[in-house]
Amino acid sequence: MTAESMSGRETGTTLVKRGLAEMLKGGVIMDVVTPEQAKVAEDAGAVAVMALERVPADIRRDGGVARMSDPEMITGIQQAVTIPVMAKARIGHFVEAQILEALDVDYIDESEVLTPADEAHHIDKWAFTVPFVCGATNLGEALRRISEGACMIRSKGEAGTGNIVEAVRHLRSIIGDIRKITQADSAELFDWAKQLRAPLPLVREVAETGWLPVPMFCAGGISTPADAGLVMQLGAEAVFVGSGIFKSADPAPRAKAIVEAATNFRDPHILAKVSRGLGEPMPGLEIDGLETRLADRGW
Amino acid sequence: MKVGVLALQGAFGLHEQVLSRLDVAAVQVRTAEELAEIDRLVIPGGESTAISKLLDANSLAHPLADRLASGLPVLGTCAGLILLASEVVDGYPGQRCFGAVDVAVRRNGYGRQSESFSASIEVRGWESAFPGVFIRAPVIESAGTDVEILAELDGIPVLCRQGSAVVSSFHPELAEDDRLHRWFVEQE
Repeated sequence: MTAESMSGRETGTTLVKRGLAEMLKGGVIMDVVTPEQAKVAEDAGAVAVMALERVPADIRRDGGVARMSDPEMITGIQQAVTIPVMAKARIGHFVEAQILEALDVDYIDESEVLTPADEAHHIDKWAFTVPFVCGATNLGEALRRISEGACMIRSKGEAGTGNIVEAVRHLRSIIGDIRKITQADSAELFDWAKQLRAPLPLVREVAETGWLPVPMFCAGGISTPADAGLVMQLGAEAVFVGSGIFKSADPAPRAKAIVEAATNFRDPHILAKVSRGLGEPMPGLEIDGLETRLADRGW
Repeated sequence: MKVGVLALQGAFGLHEQVLSRLDVAAVQVRTAEELAEIDRLVIPGGESTAISKLLDANSLAHPLADRLASGLPVLGTCAGLILLASEVVDGYPGQRCFGAVDVAVRRNGYGRQSESFSASIEVRGWESAFPGVFIRAPVIESAGTDVEILAELDGIPVLCRQGSAVVSSFHPELAEDDRLHRWFVEQE
């Protein structure tokens, strides 16, 4: 189709960028490192895959600097599946983001799982047509990312640990503060904005609507159907599963079970049914024993 | 009248919000029991592969096929259009499509997210344009003779009706405009 016949189409608007996040709600986004894993994820009913070279558990084990993935592997995964493909850029690394946009990925995750490229600034995400998701540990961080143009927030949790405790902490912090803000009077909102180091108009929007202006998903430590049910009942609108699937003993049935858990998160009978006989989950890590806390990255 | 919104995955919450603005109480449908109790159904946008698999996992595919065959009024948007189509070109093996509207669709026919767009839609018989939001939208490649085409964009159907089924390749639930939902709940 020629440009003239495309009757006033507007791409890259906030509505279009946030719109894709709306379509992913109630679903599971899975980390994959090969086209074969991407197929397993799609077959299990994933709503999107995150293409990366190493899952967080391996990044944690290997140490060193973790960067954007090789474009060749991202392209290979795009060719393998029909669901959206996301990829990670380092915090503040806007050139990695430009490259990912040129590769036509569907969402960019400006992610603390990779080694940050800038210790003061995140990417100016308004400058891109491709939408961004960013991590947050609390409401102030979430609103700062939204002010920079993020179209989806994921609570960070602690990636690569198979331990849900940090995800719960971050979700409770964000949602708890949202609840408090809805009770605040107009004078108190100025103080909230100061405390949260967040723009006042966004704080006011949260007070009026009782929710973030963009969808909020949960990441970091989900490894069982029960974990997915827990964070969804706490208020997450969808889940990211990183190492939890492909570091488990039998990835395909676990992936399918977590997909069914995200849909039926309020039904303990279905959760019981899908939790049966999944084999060993990924080995978990205690948070106190970690050398690096990925969730601390981001400003 | 009880309106259900298929709540397996996707933008079902936004459809509920639009319906509640119209003072229509909508219920979420995840089980065959919930499906049996409704008089109208909205199938939202989302990932059609995921929704298709979840229909099977939740034992909803056969009950839904039966209700559609007996004329349940249904509105399908984006992924909902794919599920209600009669053919999915280049579809996923085993992908459900119920044939409520005789159209052939191509998934992601409008391209990846970089090509997702908003555009004004002229709907037949409506006084002003409708704000269409297309997110990795399916393209309607052909429509049977029994299909009434209610709107086109650049010569391609984007809103169609057959019997009591209405389908759009765009997302009325993302627009501020509630005319399509109003029309759906008010139609005979």
